[in-house]
Amino acid sequence: MTQTVIIDPVTRIEGHAKISIYLDDNGQVNDARFHVTEFRGFEKFCEGRSFWEMPGITARVCGICPVSHLMASAKAGDAILGVRIPPTAEKLRRLMNWGQIVQSHALSFFHLSSPDLLLGMESDPTTRNIMGLIAKYPDIARNGIRLRQFGQEVIRILGGRSIHPAWTVPGGVRRPLAAEDRDQIKRMLPEALDIIELALDLLKDAFDDNSTEIETYGNFPSLFMGLVTPEGGLEHYNGLLRIMDAEGHLVQEDLPPERFREVIGEAVEPWSYLKFPYYKPFGLEDGRGMYRVGPLARLNVCDFAGTPLADRELRQFRRLGERGKPVTGSFHYHYARLIEILFALEKIEEVLDDPNLTDDHVRSNASVNELIGVGVSEAPRGTLFHEYHVNEDGILQQVNLIIATGQNNLAMNQTVKQIAQAYVNGGGLSEGILNRIEHGIRVFDPCLSCSTHAVGHMPLHVQLIGPSGDLVDERLRD
Amino acid sequence: MSVVTLTINDELASANSGQSLLEVIREHGIYIPTLCHMDGLSERGGCRMCLVEVQGMRTLQAACVTEVAEGMVVTTHSERLRKYRRMTLELIFAERNHVCAVCVMNGHCELQAVAAIEGMDHVRFDYLHPDLSMDISHPRFGLDHNRCILCTRCVRVCDEVEGAHTKDVMGRGINCRIVNDLNQAWGSSQSCTSCGKCVQVCPTGALFHKGVSVAEMVKRHDFLSWITLGREKNEWNYTGQPPYYATERRKE
Repeated sequence: MTQTVIIDPVTRIEGHAKISIYLDDNGQVNDARFHVTEFRGFEKFCEGRSFWEMPGITARVCGICPVSHLMASAKAGDAILGVRIPPTAEKLRRLMNWGQIVQSHALSFFHLSSPDLLLGMESDPTTRNIMGLIAKYPDIARNGIRLRQFGQEVIRILGGRSIHPAWTVPGGVRRPLAAEDRDQIKRMLPEALDIIELALDLLKDAFDDNSTEIETYGNFPSLFMGLVTPEGGLEHYNGLLRIMDAEGHLVQEDLPPERFREVIGEAVEPWSYLKFPYYKPFGLEDGRGMYRVGPLARLNVCDFAGTPLADRELRQFRRLGERGKPVTGSFHYHYARLIEILFALEKIEEVLDDPNLTDDHVRSNASVNELIGVGVSEAPRGTLFHEYHVNEDGILQQVNLIIATGQNNLAMNQTVKQIAQAYVNGGGLSEGILNRIEHGIRVFDPCLSCSTHAVGHMPLHVQLIGPSGDLVDERLRD
Repeated sequence: MSVVTLTINDELASANSGQSLLEVIREHGIYIPTLCHMDGLSERGGCRMCLVEVQGMRTLQAACVTEVAEGMVVTTHSERLRKYRRMTLELIFAERNHVCAVCVMNGHCELQAVAAIEGMDHVRFDYLHPDLSMDISHPRFGLDHNRCILCTRCVRVCDEVEGAHTKDVMGRGINCRIVNDLNQAWGSSQSCTSCGKCVQVCPTGALFHKGVSVAEMVKRHDFLSWITLGREKNEWNYTGQPPYYATERRKE
């Protein structure tokens, strides 16, 4: 029998995770850990490059959310230039960011999670994926693909391509929007709005069948962090950083995001490549500084959404929290995600009617005026920080990227533990339990893997470890 | 000027004596790759892309620096030449850090285009991955040694056309680097006139306008023939576009 946990070479880079479950003397779950075993190294190898290149380079961090990195990186560049970008450029950036929210959330809900929700958590694993969904519910699968396509098309129309468009630059964007392209987006909108209404109904129907899951899939108090507009509305591109506790009290009044260092600390554990950001004033002890980011957190911290349909859904969402408190169940990330799609579609509709959207002036010019630049945006998975330190020429001296998935790291570990405690009771590991743990991670839509997610199959390595450190049971799936 | 007759790829061809083989081959509509050659600049013969087989000569000859001669029998494309061109290209790629995906010249790069035309789908040699810096101390231009192939077009245009001779090459072998003045930061150069000719003639993304992003840099060479025609024949009718500055306002 193995005595120590070994990071198996089977868990390759790019989206491979490993989970260890630790048992006490009575065979009950004592602790559980979610390990991320990939290493990318962007922070290091970008040193020595120029900050003008960073949107193009950091977009390559991810094939699903390149736009989020484009936004944060270009904004950090704006800060180094010390310029205010042309108003049209900001509107176009927002438009692309909303397109990104739509396509990424649609991918998460329809392609990755809906097979669990519609076919069952413990259904046959060979068909519990997007292919099985197409076979059983072709209309739903088609809707999901079409909705994602809408978001991807918005990105493509603006940036010239849907994956890694090097379109945002420090100082603005590269190309203005032509009127006929704007009209094309407009024509695609009604179908997308119809699909999201259907998706909301679909999810609400699933609530009854998943009442146990709602209670056990990462339902615990934590802090929540997200950007809000100066008025307190839902925000994805700019705004102020707000942190709320599980009681609904603001522990961090709205903070200019470039001051994030005052509130966010980063811890490192030897067993995972993913850093553990935490709320600095509360410390790391007993998980007090643990916070969640992403759709659930954003809807919890904002006072209102700011569009009619999304605000109506938000009122229903609030009722899921206990007596007006924030919603603490991670299962409701799904619901929050759909509300955000609705919000993004409404905002796209609004901005398309802006008469200045097709203006030509979309790029401001300047040289290096500041030596430190911080860019913050709300990626689909949560708040994303890019912090660059440059010399007078604009050569990067230090790069720090704080990625949404990292900020959910503590909460994902907590979720894995909670699900394990609920379903592993001294017995072995069934495939169904494996999938439940997987879904617990999936509600956070972590961006560990882009490609393997697409067929609804996350490479997982779950180990059940007894009190003396021996391996009780092990399941490997890749 | 006397006329010579030679054979190129089994076809008879005529040329003026003193012409280079490359010139004649191209006049006859035959494609032959080049990287260091540029019309309007002196020849260097350094990139070895234009290698040809000349009957009676033991070694392959660079067409750009070989003069035509009466009765020459030349082959521009053969299995042997393909192998050598491809190997040379692979060695160029292995020597520096050419990352097309995030390069300002992606899609407009001459090195990238030649590699595609010659079918270089992978590199068989170990990449050297040298730790090279970039110099963006100049207010308008940048020099990235990672993407430099040492074609010396920048050195030649700066010396022969602009007359400043700011740029030169230091070191030997794989340690060669393009330098400004006496190996100092470009922004501190006293001889540089900031004319930007070096940027326009650079075949890769090694020289670029500051502020451009991925695939945004487009280079124009037609200014060179304009200057040459003006100087030699006093014809000053430039019909080309001004050099493209991505950071300026424009509508496509």
